[in-house]
Amino acid sequence: MSAPADRRGWTPLWFGAPAVLGLGLFVVLPFVMALILTFTDQRLVSPAPGAFVGLRNYDRLLSVSALVQNPVRDGVPVYARVRSVTRTKRAYLGYRPLAGFGLGRRRVTILAKDPAFLKALGNTFAFAVMVVPLQCGVALGLALLVNAGLRGQTVFRAVYFSPVVMSMVIVSVVWAFLFDRDLGLINQALGALSCGLIKPIDWLGNPSTAMPAIVIMSAWQGAGFQMLILLAGLQGISRELYDAARIDGASPWQCFWHITVPGLRHTIGFVLVVTTIAALGLFTQVDVMTGGGPRGATATVMFEAVQHGVREGNIAYGATISVVYFALITILILIQQLMQRRRVGEAA
Amino acid sequence: MTPAQRHTIPLRLALYAMMAVLAAIFLFPFLFMLASSFKGNDAIFADGATLRAVLPVGDLTTANYAHAFARGHIGHYFINSLVITVTTVALGLLVNSLAAFALARLAWRGKGAVLTLLVILLVVPFEAISVPLMVLVAKLPGVMFGVDGLVLTRSWLDTLYVQIVPFVANAFSIFLFYQFFRDIPKDFDEAAYVDGATPLQVYAHVIVPASLPVFATVTILQALAMWNQYLWPLITVPGEAARPLMIGMEQFFGARRTAWGEVMAYAALITVPVLIAFIFFQRWFVRSVVGSGVKG
Repeated sequence: MSAPADRRGWTPLWFGAPAVLGLGLFVVLPFVMALILTFTDQRLVSPAPGAFVGLRNYDRLLSVSALVQNPVRDGVPVYARVRSVTRTKRAYLGYRPLAGFGLGRRRVTILAKDPAFLKALGNTFAFAVMVVPLQCGVALGLALLVNAGLRGQTVFRAVYFSPVVMSMVIVSVVWAFLFDRDLGLINQALGALSCGLIKPIDWLGNPSTAMPAIVIMSAWQGAGFQMLILLAGLQGISRELYDAARIDGASPWQCFWHITVPGLRHTIGFVLVVTTIAALGLFTQVDVMTGGGPRGATATVMFEAVQHGVREGNIAYGATISVVYFALITILILIQQLMQRRRVGEAA
Repeated sequence: MTPAQRHTIPLRLALYAMMAVLAAIFLFPFLFMLASSFKGNDAIFADGATLRAVLPVGDLTTANYAHAFARGHIGHYFINSLVITVTTVALGLLVNSLAAFALARLAWRGKGAVLTLLVILLVVPFEAISVPLMVLVAKLPGVMFGVDGLVLTRSWLDTLYVQIVPFVANAFSIFLFYQFFRDIPKDFDEAAYVDGATPLQVYAHVIVPASLPVFATVTILQALAMWNQYLWPLITVPGEAARPLMIGMEQFFGARRTAWGEVMAYAALITVPVLIAFIFFQRWFVRSVVGSGVKG
């Protein structure tokens, strides 16, 4: 009988070989390639291998500087043109303006070598900061509603979840119409509900409303997913806790704060992290609905990576954006792990 | 006493009202899509202002659907998406469950290191490797059916298999299988080994039959991800022959004068099969989402 021997030796390797080959070739190798590409000037169509350029891609991507100017004329202050400074002064060579503000009589201009990327980075964070609380808050509300013990709640649960199974491309196309300034249902509904007080909004055409519009749509599409996970968390809380609290005369509000919230803490933490990571990868909605516009207001990190790496054929620069994106996600996960460990430490 | 009996009648009515309003918000884009798919542009624009927008009323036509098939080649793209999804999921179930079996039920040196590596791979988002992965597959040698039989090609771009092969092995699927297999009592396979079974027989006759829920979970999660894929085919499949449904959508949208009825018909044709599957297998969908969330 050599059965136990079969379970050691070479057998496990054969079982795992296809998966290891697949993951090695299509996950690990591209990742290593990405790291190497970031130090080159490789292009998509050029057959020649790229030349080594050191940290130039990172320098272009991340360089930030500030230009402080005194007015050249007093009274109504007038300043020298930023472009004339960045063209002549060596220290500012290659920089373009990102943002500016007044500081007393001086004017401060934030400069960057790739202002579009830094703007996209800011947009991506802004999206996450808006969508994560909205989506998770809605999801928690939905989970509480369909957990209230009413008849027919499984039907409502299915309705709230149904957008999750729809493709983001389809959702984006349908909502692009709903957001239309003149024809869209959303402006019509807002106008009707406010008796005409709210004037039609050019949701996707206005830089200040385009990202919030994408936030609303994304939360609508995704909330059902978090609802189900939170629902499982809710059902894991012992009924006896609620019964005991009610006997002691606790109000529903007290029950929520002192039983539901602590009981859901781990689930909420998990949901927040997963939603944040997904939010930072924002691409499809932007690509379909706005193409990064208007005036770069909805461009995101992933959108910039595809824009440079694929559409402009600058693979090395696209890969650099990918690597920076991965570093961001890793830092986020490390912070979350640290916080979790500290909390476990406190509990012990 | 069930929770429902504790609610007073006014409270219960208020809760139902809230759920109904929310249901309307969650359903109206879908109803709008369905209703508009039977209307021409003029009717869609005229109805936009009223509730008629979400109702199938007025001059209804099935011309949009006819166009989706005739001009939109939706049948062709549908078959592409179906082949991609079914093949990837089927191969993935086999490859990933076998790997998880080796990790969870067999003893071998280096297992701990492989598990750690797997957890690291779990956090690599696909977006982060998509651009370099495209560079890689653009240079891999492949085969294609040409006019004179099989021909060797120098790139995977613009094929069906570029949309399949990279997604068969999946760290998250392996992890889900691994967690499930680990919790099956060891006595099961010990008994089989005593009877002289090989590891492959134990996998096929003991582990797989005991693990149908996790197979369903992985099937649903992977099938949804593959069916809805957008970024990857967008950058690797420029041509029409291997184009999947989601990319086919672009030809309607963003044109100078968008034929919205056709867009909505196309969208409905992509969405309805998935929604039907969802309604039939709702319990499994719910379980797969919850299962994907337990890992934390």
